[in-house]
Amino acid sequence: MIDSKIPTGQLEHKWTDYKGHCKLVNPANKRKLEVIVVGTGLAGASAAASLGELGYQVKAFCFQDSPRRAHSIAAQGGINAAKNYQNDGDSVFRLFYDTIKGGDYRAREANVHRLAEVSANIIDQCVAQGVPFAREYGGLLNNRSFGGTQVKRTFYAAGQTGQQLLIGAYQALERQVALGKVEMYTRHEMLDVVVIDGKAQGIISRNLITGQLERHFGHAVLLCTGGYGNVFYLSTNAMGSNVTAAWKAHKKGAHFGNPCFTQIHPTCIPVSGDHQSKLTLMSESLRNDGRIWVPALQNDKRAPNDIPEEERDYFLERRYPAFGNLVPRDVASRAAKERCDAGYGVGTTGQAVYLDFKHNLIHKYGKAEANKLAIANPDTDTLIKLGKEVVKEEYGNLFDMYEKITGENPYEVPMRIYPAVHYTMGGLWVDYELMTSVKGLYALGEANFSDHGANRLGASALMQGLADGYFVIPYTIGNYLADEIATKPIPTTHPAFTEAEQKVSERINRLLSIKGKQTVESFHKRLGKIMWDKCGMARGEKGLKEAIVEIGQLKAEFWSDVLIPGGSDEMNLELDKAGRVADFIELGELMCQDALDRKESCGGHFREESQTEEGEAKRNDEHYSYVAVWEYMEESKWQLHKEALHFEVAKPTQRSYK
Amino acid sequence: MQHYIMNLTLKVWRQRNASDAGHFETYPVEGISSEMSFLEMIDVLNEKLLKEGKEPIAFDHDCREGICGMCSMYINGRPHGPWHNNTTCQLHMRAYQDGDTIVIEPWRANSFPVIKDLMVDRGAFDRIIQAGGFISVNTGSAVDANAIPVEKEKADYAFAAAACIGCGACVAACKNSSAMLFVAAKVSHLALLPQGHPEKKKRALSMVAQMDKEGFGACTNTGACEAVCPKGISIENIARLNREYMMAGLAENE
Repeated sequence: MIDSKIPTGQLEHKWTDYKGHCKLVNPANKRKLEVIVVGTGLAGASAAASLGELGYQVKAFCFQDSPRRAHSIAAQGGINAAKNYQNDGDSVFRLFYDTIKGGDYRAREANVHRLAEVSANIIDQCVAQGVPFAREYGGLLNNRSFGGTQVKRTFYAAGQTGQQLLIGAYQALERQVALGKVEMYTRHEMLDVVVIDGKAQGIISRNLITGQLERHFGHAVLLCTGGYGNVFYLSTNAMGSNVTAAWKAHKKGAHFGNPCFTQIHPTCIPVSGDHQSKLTLMSESLRNDGRIWVPALQNDKRAPNDIPEEERDYFLERRYPAFGNLVPRDVASRAAKERCDAGYGVGTTGQAVYLDFKHNLIHKYGKAEANKLAIANPDTDTLIKLGKEVVKEEYGNLFDMYEKITGENPYEVPMRIYPAVHYTMGGLWVDYELMTSVKGLYALGEANFSDHGANRLGASALMQGLADGYFVIPYTIGNYLADEIATKPIPTTHPAFTEAEQKVSERINRLLSIKGKQTVESFHKRLGKIMWDKCGMARGEKGLKEAIVEIGQLKAEFWSDVLIPGGSDEMNLELDKAGRVADFIELGELMCQDALDRKESCGGHFREESQTEEGEAKRNDEHYSYVAVWEYMEESKWQLHKEALHFEVAKPTQRSYK
Repeated sequence: MQHYIMNLTLKVWRQRNASDAGHFETYPVEGISSEMSFLEMIDVLNEKLLKEGKEPIAFDHDCREGICGMCSMYINGRPHGPWHNNTTCQLHMRAYQDGDTIVIEPWRANSFPVIKDLMVDRGAFDRIIQAGGFISVNTGSAVDANAIPVEKEKADYAFAAAACIGCGACVAACKNSSAMLFVAAKVSHLALLPQGHPEKKKRALSMVAQMDKEGFGACTNTGACEAVCPKGISIENIARLNREYMMAGLAENE
């Protein structure tokens, strides 16, 4: 039933063999083939641009006012690539191995190896586009290190790497728009996939300015619509990030893979009150230079700088001496939660730990600068001053952002941080060719489930989004479209289009006719609270079962009492939001089902029932070494299929960062 | 940091759609915490309007961390409000005191027509990029990333220019509604890098031509753009654009 289409042969030859044997479409035929790309983040923009360059006729859609706004833009720290420019022992194999291990052995070996193989090409491509990565004085590229690895393989542009990569892809996309190969639809939202004879043949979209529903044909449809972290209401995602496109595809037959695999990022600015609308990440790269600690005494209310060194507990360094502050995200998040739950948390809420730069300002950067300048016996103030200059260059924008939000200066006072929802490893299930279980329907980037297993390593999301868009889909889509060259564009008057549009329209009318008393926002908040409390950093059978009941009740309440003003044939932001929240509610239920089914802890999925004596996550390879592939049957009903995972090269071991 | 609660009066531009004349509405807002962001304060007002059966205020926003460039409010006569190097979404309410009146308008420029309330159409910026704001390199044809060393200083300048978020504050602040800082940032970013050299003449000429075609005004070097730019893009870039444009024009006449 589940065919992942992984090529046979040795791991390191699979992709090369695939490329050597997949079907090709000749240039004259490419012109006749139309491809729809939904979403214009790193995956979508890179795919749309690359397919346009190849000669396909592309239509690209985004809900923002410009493709350059997609949330990839907010990625801070960097992008991994197995270049080994640092001569520190990196290789394709090591990047592959770190990613598989970091994902706690819940990702496909073949996909991850391919990702590592193309990683180096991504950097070449981006530099050629003019992405201004950080450089050394010799003019060559610089690298930094990230969590879960022991080499420096992360390329970066200050704390704005996502922005620079996205602008590169956006410019490539706009170049294709100018050449007439890509037609761009901004402020448009996809509201359904049109499936004819088992194949995706188009979409229904809504023009968010006029409210008009539109029909678009495509020989193939690519969903590059990002993750669904906003199911938790509070996350580091953009306000508009949503699951709607993926969810509509799911209900049209695209299975959902590992929906419960959520990444909780350890270093975010803590919640300050009920008004909070979103959370802001402080890049993982800060853990290179910041040390995480809490007071060694419970409920210690002293100001951080008044707590002497010997009364601080650097709990990550204590628990994980080998990786210290650079353990993977899931491990760091749980360790912070454990300290806060035990009463050692700081700040007004007690739900925060310190991320302190002082030590490295002085000892790492300050001393190095003093040595360069040949200052003998510099005092601490001088060291701090010198260190600050270096840190400013590396992370200046992040420090500024922190100060704007909290009003505190992180050069002087340690940052307060706490884990927050950041990324979803789960997503639409895809095979090796990135095709979902609906023919001709693809999912790329964060929208698919494929490469990060149960936990994504830092700086790997940008790598995957661009790998899928620049270097994977241009090959794999040809293998499908080669058989579609005889398919004439289907007129959008086809009954399947009419029916799909009608259903979309009915749902909109149903939402508008409720005229209830509670705002969309209030439902979203309540859903978020259920998800965070019961399907968040720690999950237990009892809580998950309760959550499923509560979500069901919330859904019923939503559909009978939601308040949406205005009509359907105009700009209606509350209506847009209502549609997305309704989908999040359904997704939340599936996430809890999935979390309930997986009675093991792995990566970001921590089942309270499955932990070691020291409180570390305990995997159960015997029973759970599979991808949970959920097929939508009917409302609140799914069937679980299992794609068994085979590890031929990276043999699963209990992950240890000690 | 001492937190406090405040009551404010907001005067907000309401405009149903592009053809509506538009007008100011006055709204009292109460119980605003100094820890809130400016947009969270608008969220509070919108929830209140909804409960009163009124239509909430439409405004653009997305990442709420100062990088996507979508938010675009003209606050008390200044794009993105009173803080330096800042976007509206990163402005926090501790910038205000109890009893303050805040006037909120959309970007005002003919080339950025109002869509609704505080939302404008910045499609002109995309079209300027389409005119030449890129390096023509197809996927797969790149050489090794370290094959061409780039002087660190130039790479840093290129990055500083590339940090533009395309929000349009520069246009909104300019008395001529000029888009010179936006165009200059892109031309500089690409002209400073060896990868951008082959197309630099054509790029400067076509981007400027498109900018003019979109109806943006001329630059008279008042520097208002630089003063309000949330990413601190320097007007040195405008000097560089002028130089690039002139050199390209000279070369064209050869």
